Amino acid sequence: MASDNGANATSEAQPRPAKPGAGKRVDHAAGARQFLAATEHAESHDERVWAMRQRRDAAVETIPEWEELRDLASQIKTHALTHLDEYLEQFEANAKANGIHVHWAADAADHNRIVHEIFQENGVQRVIKSKSMLMEECGFRQYMDAAGFDMIETDLGERIQQLDDEDPSHVVVPAVHKMRSDVSQVFSKTLDSDPGNDDAHYLTEHQRQATRPLILDADAGMTGANFAIAETGGFVVCTNEGNADLSANVPNLHVASIGIEKVVPRVEDMGVFIRMLSRSALGSPITQYTSHFRGPKPGGETHIVLVDNGRSERLGSEKFWSALKCIRCGACMNTCPVFRRSGGLSYGATYTGPLGLILDPSIDARRYSNLPFASTLNGSCTNVCPVKINIHEQIFEWRKVLAEDKQVPWTKRSSLAAAGRVLASPKSYRAALKTAHSALHYLPDWAIYNRLNAWGQVRDLPDVPAEGTFHDWYRKHRLNTAEAGDNE
Amino acid sequence: MHIGLFVPCFIDAFYPKVGIATLELLERLGCRVDYPFDQTCCGQPMVNAGCHAEAAATEQLFVDNFAAYDAIVAPSGSCVHQVRDNLTAIEQTPAVKHVRENTFELVEYLHDVLEVEAFPWACFPHRVGYHDSCNTLRHLGHGKPSELYGPSFSKPRTMLSKVEGVELVTPDRPDECCGFGGTFSATEPEVSGQMGRDKIADHGRAGADYIVSADTSCLMHQAGCAKRIGAGIQFRHIAEILNGANA
Ligand code: SF4
Repeated sequence: MASDNGANATSEAQPRPAKPGAGKRVDHAAGARQFLAATEHAESHDERVWAMRQRRDAAVETIPEWEELRDLASQIKTHALTHLDEYLEQFEANAKANGIHVHWAADAADHNRIVHEIFQENGVQRVIKSKSMLMEECGFRQYMDAAGFDMIETDLGERIQQLDDEDPSHVVVPAVHKMRSDVSQVFSKTLDSDPGNDDAHYLTEHQRQATRPLILDADAGMTGANFAIAETGGFVVCTNEGNADLSANVPNLHVASIGIEKVVPRVEDMGVFIRMLSRSALGSPITQYTSHFRGPKPGGETHIVLVDNGRSERLGSEKFWSALKCIRCGACMNTCPVFRRSGGLSYGATYTGPLGLILDPSIDARRYSNLPFASTLNGSCTNVCPVKINIHEQIFEWRKVLAEDKQVPWTKRSSLAAAGRVLASPKSYRAALKTAHSALHYLPDWAIYNRLNAWGQVRDLPDVPAEGTFHDWYRKHRLNTAEAGDNE
Repeated sequence: MHIGLFVPCFIDAFYPKVGIATLELLERLGCRVDYPFDQTCCGQPMVNAGCHAEAAATEQLFVDNFAAYDAIVAPSGSCVHQVRDNLTAIEQTPAVKHVRENTFELVEYLHDVLEVEAFPWACFPHRVGYHDSCNTLRHLGHGKPSELYGPSFSKPRTMLSKVEGVELVTPDRPDECCGFGGTFSATEPEVSGQMGRDKIADHGRAGADYIVSADTSCLMHQAGCAKRIGAGIQFRHIAEILNGANA
């Protein structure tokens, strides 16, 4: 879908959270700190993303059956996922009958190799592609770069990210963290635009003129798919710029990378999902282009690569399988107050925001062990999710899994174990309160759950009440000393 | 009905007035209320951080303290959410089930169980921005969150509207999280602080003199943020207002 390119301009440099190297943990808090330090960017990001959430609310207001639609969408996805093997076979058979070549990829490496082979067999050198999170997940960009292919993004936001050599920060609006001035800088460096001009129309038009010839010259086009339909063997791609149509139709060779969880039973189901997708994402009733692909164009060739990459394993996990219902609308990101104030790049992962918190640890529990803690568990993500994924409950559950798996730092676990011991004993609890000279001494141990400095860094501490604790007050005003408990 | 009053650890330590107001209010409304003396905490600090096993003994103590009561009432939405939905580190005996099913947050107890129609002793002639804590709003059902389709309702606002003089004002993002989030406040202090400051500013723009909530932890966080930046807005727990505090 399209990138909103209308953000303000500023002279402030764009924050660029460093992506940790292989084998390192992503430090979301550090990335967020860096993001917030660029105050103009941070404020603009929060406002732009919140505006999408507001437009979504306004769109939902016009659909009285919205909550029933959510139920229906969730049921269709649950049904499809619980019969995934059957529907995948049906999809494959029908796609083949339509003249499409179908490939199966067990993992990211498999996907990249298969596509590479298709390109080699067809003498492809220049490829255009329409934004696909699955390709990001597979590291396909980097793979193709290393293999010496020219790859041009046809989605504007994703093209900006590509030119800036940066990951997308949002599943729907990949460059939402950039302001107009940032885009101007990127284009002036890479496309030779006027560095002093940050007018959105100028920039868009300049990019268009620079990129069109490359698109028209491409040997192959790639897309993802939003939905794959078992009963027809066709697939659906939704964009706001029509760029999937460019990718799929300009060259003769079309390769579509599709996650196996995208399969739904019937064309009829589109009536539910298409109504919800763009309303949830941007608040528009429908995407500008909802393209159905059923088979190769005359003289052309179409390949589908069905990618597992951990999905079947996730399907087998009792607590986390339902994350596979996700239709990548991004509504959970837009509503997430943490995402809005930390920016997608701080997640250091393909999937950001609440969705990322529940998908990323299943891809690499160690690398992404901090992400489930980047949430207040407020639950708004669960409420906006059009397919009713219990996102915040899965975040909560991931914390437990990670703690049991010893992916939570030892210092944290041991301080919580100590807190648990104090709080389990009225005697030690009262003693801890009593021996403390001031709040400063006992706050960190049990009231705030964690380090004092983290609290005091941004907030003041509450005053110590003159009347003492509630316990003291109760003893004094409501009990005879004879009745009072022993645990003073 | 014999009520066990639960005064969570941080209210006990820092906000005794909230506990006192809760106790007095329930008594004014004719309830028989006990404060079990050996209570400490509900286990939330550990559970919120994923450390369930570390919470087991605290959860057991909670159940031991409260199993004998018909209802357990607390002036803290997040603690009630913990007890009701997440107190699972210990074996789910009949006592545990009884406690979990009969633990109420104060506002829902007033609204749903006691069905209170008036607070004739209360008068609060101020502009109030009500803070819906995420735990009360989305996990306990205090009202309709802005992102769901359906008829609007709000139990705490219904209660506040029965207090003479209260003028409710509404911020632009009426139910945006304030950034406390338990363990989150310490693991992500910058984001947490930014959210807190944004919340205070939003209420300030709406003209609120007081931010009122049913969750003391959110108030503690917001008050801490306000004090740090020198914002003049004040904070009260809803129990204090319903019990007749007038400033
Ligand atoms: S988890 Fe739900 S809300 Fe988030 S992107 Fe997926 S479908 Fe949309």
